[in-house]
Amino acid sequence: MAVETTTRAKLRWGLLDVLVVVFALVPVLWIASLSFKTPATLTDGNFIPREWTLDNYRTIFDTDQFVRALVNSIGIALIATLIAVVLGAMAAYAISRLDFPGKKLLVGVSLLIAMFPQVSLVSPLFEIERQLKIFDTWLGLILPYITFALPLAIYTLSAFFKQIPWDLEKAAKMDGATQGQAFRRVIAPLAAPGLFTTAILVFIFCWNDFLFAISLTSTERSRTVPAALSFFTGASQFEDPTGAICAAAVVITVPIILFVLFFQRRIVSGLTSGAVKG
Amino acid sequence: MADIVLDKVSKSFPDGTVAVQDVDLEIADGEFVILVGPSGCGKSTTLNMIAGLEDISSGELRIAGQRVNDKAPRDRDIAMVFQSYALYPNMTVRENMAFPLRLAKLDKETIDRKVDEAAKVLELTSLLDRKPANLSGGQRQRVAMGRAIVRQPKAFLMDEPLSNLDAKLRVQMRTVVSRLQKQLGTTTVYVTHDQTEAMTLGDRVVIMRGGAVQQVGPPQELYDHPKNLFVAGFIGSPSMNFLHAAVQDGELHTALGKVPIGDRVRRELESADAPRELILGIRPEHFEDAELVDDDTRRRGMEFEAPVDIVESMGSDKYVYFTVEGEKASAAELEELAADAGAADFAGAGGNLVTRLSAESPVAEGQTRRVWFNLEKIHLFDPANGRNLTLHEGRAAGALAD
Repeated sequence: MAVETTTRAKLRWGLLDVLVVVFALVPVLWIASLSFKTPATLTDGNFIPREWTLDNYRTIFDTDQFVRALVNSIGIALIATLIAVVLGAMAAYAISRLDFPGKKLLVGVSLLIAMFPQVSLVSPLFEIERQLKIFDTWLGLILPYITFALPLAIYTLSAFFKQIPWDLEKAAKMDGATQGQAFRRVIAPLAAPGLFTTAILVFIFCWNDFLFAISLTSTERSRTVPAALSFFTGASQFEDPTGAICAAAVVITVPIILFVLFFQRRIVSGLTSGAVKG
Repeated sequence: MADIVLDKVSKSFPDGTVAVQDVDLEIADGEFVILVGPSGCGKSTTLNMIAGLEDISSGELRIAGQRVNDKAPRDRDIAMVFQSYALYPNMTVRENMAFPLRLAKLDKETIDRKVDEAAKVLELTSLLDRKPANLSGGQRQRVAMGRAIVRQPKAFLMDEPLSNLDAKLRVQMRTVVSRLQKQLGTTTVYVTHDQTEAMTLGDRVVIMRGGAVQQVGPPQELYDHPKNLFVAGFIGSPSMNFLHAAVQDGELHTALGKVPIGDRVRRELESADAPRELILGIRPEHFEDAELVDDDTRRRGMEFEAPVDIVESMGSDKYVYFTVEGEKASAAELEELAADAGAADFAGAGGNLVTRLSAESPVAEGQTRRVWFNLEKIHLFDPANGRNLTLHEGRAAGALAD
């Protein structure tokens, strides 16, 4: 290919990339920009703040409301992610490896859950949780999160498990491993990229959820950040909370970014190379 | 160290297909047995049943006298080498080989000592800290073997361990496997689809077809005294020539001329249900350039003339392909063999005759040559069931036997 064409192709691709990045990032940057503005310049329409301030951040960390919600969010999302990934891994392993009666049904039902409109379940869940006295508790949110994260986890993980050569498991069995040992010591380490990918997806799902968070909580005891944000009033009731809400939004984006960056390093491709002839 | 006995072992799947049918096999302690056959003949299934990776539908499997049908693989104390090697990619070579020992809960010192010993035998010492991804095919193969020998199991099972290696390395590894087995004296069951591997490695060879055992015996016996058409065509390279032969007036009319038959075969053919058409089988090395045959030898065979198609000089001898007229031999077995060999290199069923003549023969492509063949080495097969009619008490005696 001629040099000219490659340069042009590069240019075209570069332009396309920039377009996509800008499209995706403008709302985020806008929020970030708003969070640094003073109440007076909030509506001046400038993308880059004329007057920089950290007051908004100070405000949200001064209120107990936000910090408490942050703790709730982190706790609930982490616990739900852990349980969903562990359960999902076991289910996905069974689905990808074993032939058991009702396998198709299980896969079908889990797909059904994923497709079910969550909003239609809010009222029944509300009633059930009140009866069970888990309304407005961590458990009350963790349980529905696991339910809705599991299909996602099962699907992602079974795809990963199917990529792992079955011979490895047979070899482990011949080497004297039980089914459980074969899974823990041979299959799970190889499925690690899949486990981390799934963990990220599930965590983001739990972290971002607003629907359940707003309907299944009533106090600060278990309200997560997305829900708490909607109750945000700023330092006093008479203050415009826009800046503070934006600051809070920026703050809750940070853990997600950290989480993804941290686990992304673990997602090494080609982990199974060398296992079988290739 | 143990013997393995398969007593009417069968495997059928829920959809009704029968993969393995009533296999009876006694493998003595320390013996090297090869299961060989075309793909889909049930050899791998049989091996997996011995390993415990597949359930046995019926029959009994005994290892060291003990029924192990319902035992998990790990309780059978046998090691297996897989075609794909199946090394654990997240572990180093040392960890790979130590894995079975760690599962057996040996102490660290013993594990290290055993791994080092096994690595030495297989010349893997310098590779112990590498990951499988950084090894060549042959090295991975050796690690897979190392993992099997390290815990001194009762038996080794090998599932086409060499078929992923290139041709040169395969020959090299073949001797490694052979030497290792002799050295350790461990009962070994080896599955392959390659008849050369089967002939060169095993103490005994089991030929399978369609889930059933065709013949069991030492390689030479299978070669010289094949029980049926399938075994005759499967063993040997180049494979045996098969010609159509019509029985007429106490003679066989073939493309090579009228072949006389001895009393025993004649008696066999006189019975009412005897076939009127036969398949005549003759191996390439039982032909010779008629010029080079002395009179004494000449009397034991007969001669024919045919145009030379291709001459392949091997140095030690010449493979000469003749074109012969006449009807093609046809039987289900031959079609199966041709399909398995990819038709092109299976000359047996075609109109071609493969012969192996002395290197001194002045034969040249394009000429018509007079060729002698040994009547004592002829096999006659019944096309309907493939049975070798020349076989008497397990010995093949040629067409002329009285």
